[in-house]
Amino acid sequence: MEDLLFELQLAMPQVILGVINGAFYALLSLGLAVIFGMLNVINFAHGAQFMMGAFVAWMLLAFLGIGYWPALILAPLIVGLVGVLMERLMISRLYKLDHLYGLLLTFGCALVIEGLFRNNFGSSGQRYTPPREFQALNLEIGDFFLPGYRVWVLIAATAVCLATWLVIEKTKIGSYLRAATERPQLVQAFGINVPLMMTLTYGAGVALAAFAGVLAAPIYSVHPAMGANFIITVFAVVVIGGMGSIAGSIVTGFLLGFLQGVTEVVYPPFSQTVVFVIMAIVLLTRPAGLFGRA
Amino acid sequence: MADGTSIAASGPLGGQTEKEAFLGFTRPQAIAFLVMVAFVLVSPFFLYPVFLMKILCFALFACAFNLLIGYVGLLSFGHAAYFGMGAYVTGYAAKAWGVPPELAILMGGAIGAALGLPFGWLAIRRAGIYFSMITLALAQMVYFFSLQAPFTGGEDGIQAIPRGTLFGIFDLTADLTMYWLVAAVFLAGFLLIHRIVHSPFGQVMKAIRDNEPRATSLGYRVEQYKLLAFVLSAALAGIAGGTKSLVFNIATLTDVHWTMSGEVVLMSLVGGLGTIFGPVVGAAVIVTMQNYLAEFGAWVLVIQGAIFIACVLAFRRGILGEIAHALRVKL
Repeated sequence: MEDLLFELQLAMPQVILGVINGAFYALLSLGLAVIFGMLNVINFAHGAQFMMGAFVAWMLLAFLGIGYWPALILAPLIVGLVGVLMERLMISRLYKLDHLYGLLLTFGCALVIEGLFRNNFGSSGQRYTPPREFQALNLEIGDFFLPGYRVWVLIAATAVCLATWLVIEKTKIGSYLRAATERPQLVQAFGINVPLMMTLTYGAGVALAAFAGVLAAPIYSVHPAMGANFIITVFAVVVIGGMGSIAGSIVTGFLLGFLQGVTEVVYPPFSQTVVFVIMAIVLLTRPAGLFGRA
Repeated sequence: MADGTSIAASGPLGGQTEKEAFLGFTRPQAIAFLVMVAFVLVSPFFLYPVFLMKILCFALFACAFNLLIGYVGLLSFGHAAYFGMGAYVTGYAAKAWGVPPELAILMGGAIGAALGLPFGWLAIRRAGIYFSMITLALAQMVYFFSLQAPFTGGEDGIQAIPRGTLFGIFDLTADLTMYWLVAAVFLAGFLLIHRIVHSPFGQVMKAIRDNEPRATSLGYRVEQYKLLAFVLSAALAGIAGGTKSLVFNIATLTDVHWTMSGEVVLMSLVGGLGTIFGPVVGAAVIVTMQNYLAEFGAWVLVIQGAIFIACVLAFRRGILGEIAHALRVKL
């Protein structure tokens, strides 16, 4: 029994790190699902926008002296606005075409954004130090220590996921959104401005990615490739969850982070590939995804 | 999608029957083919052979990719996996086992097919955007595998791969000798793809692209056709990767990285999706561009992204697609 407890204590940090990763998966796949539901576009630039969120927070601090808390609001707003421009200027021209063009276009956008940031900031990472007050949240149980900032990330990500879910499932705006996802023409016939909704939905999805980026800035180093590495795993998460349900993408995100953490304990070399293996298994048994509709 | 908005809509003369000139080419295609062959034969005497070999390797890679998107309508975002693994296996076989080059390249193709079989089998369960995401995710798995597996050399890659002696006769260390091998591999691959597209099998592929439910209702086992097309495409990508590793004596993580998957999409898109010669032109354009922009670092990324955006927004037929459209022929 003692041994088991000891083992658990050793395993805890890895598993919790996994769940924190899962929080980012959840935030990012949630944004992808919201955008896909409304626009039928897989937003390849999601990773780049995540990275932009982190960089905007870093720039606000480094150049303007604006701290973490304002950045947590400002960075998603700024990046969301860039998203709105992208949708209006480019993505909105593709709705009548094959959905694959949306993927190709946003892939191009991701390359441009990543390249520009690499030109200006190089490939190395920038450090972003979180404010000291997070030390109050530090968790210490026996030998196990969890920095306060990571506790905050878990709380913040869960809260934002829940809030997004509530807005979509329980409010009037959310009901318009769900209706427009199913039957855009009909909703438009009721006098609701669907193109505007699409623009705002894309902006909101992008803002979610940027919010995740600000949260991630103090944990991972802020560098131009940080989003690209994340987003491909998130794509696998999205395939596993299926993009049919908002709650599904949140649950799948956290679940896969947790599983990744467990794998890190059991067999570390496998931890980066486990998500893809699970994706293969899900494709074999439930091709539409765990929460998807065929 | 048969409404003309599809990513690889059939050409301007889709329905008409055309007179064949030779090898199953229509007259304009025959002319284009002869121009291409002439260029392949003459260019090494004027241009740097290593640069040309790079173009030919990527042209074959892009043609292999185009076999899927152009003729089955499946957009793979993970072709770097087959290209990169082909490069690794060819390189490892040539270096560690001293396998002769012709066999090493074939081994690259074999590993491409061997990977393409399970990956394609998984990916064709979904269509459209999901297919792209699944192929991308599977390719990322191969990337992580290459990062950790001992035989790939991790971050260093496999270096100093010997070009060897072709059939035990031709020493390939001279660039020009190597060039003729690469040119032969490219032309063989190109003609094979042309043959596949114009075979009865190819006709079914196009039927699936244009109207999958209809093809199913006519009694074709759509999954098997898609899978075979996928495996063929992956095998040719592996051959392209293997040849490339012999040309440059190196196989690295760059070859399996997702940016490589993006590059081959870009080449086909620039040249013209669903045209036979488009990917070749696209590869030549993109490789030339990379060559001249190499010193500008990350600007290559920005410019490639901008070309992507420009192609998707304004230029969806690609270079050869536009030319073919203007001349009202199929290329």
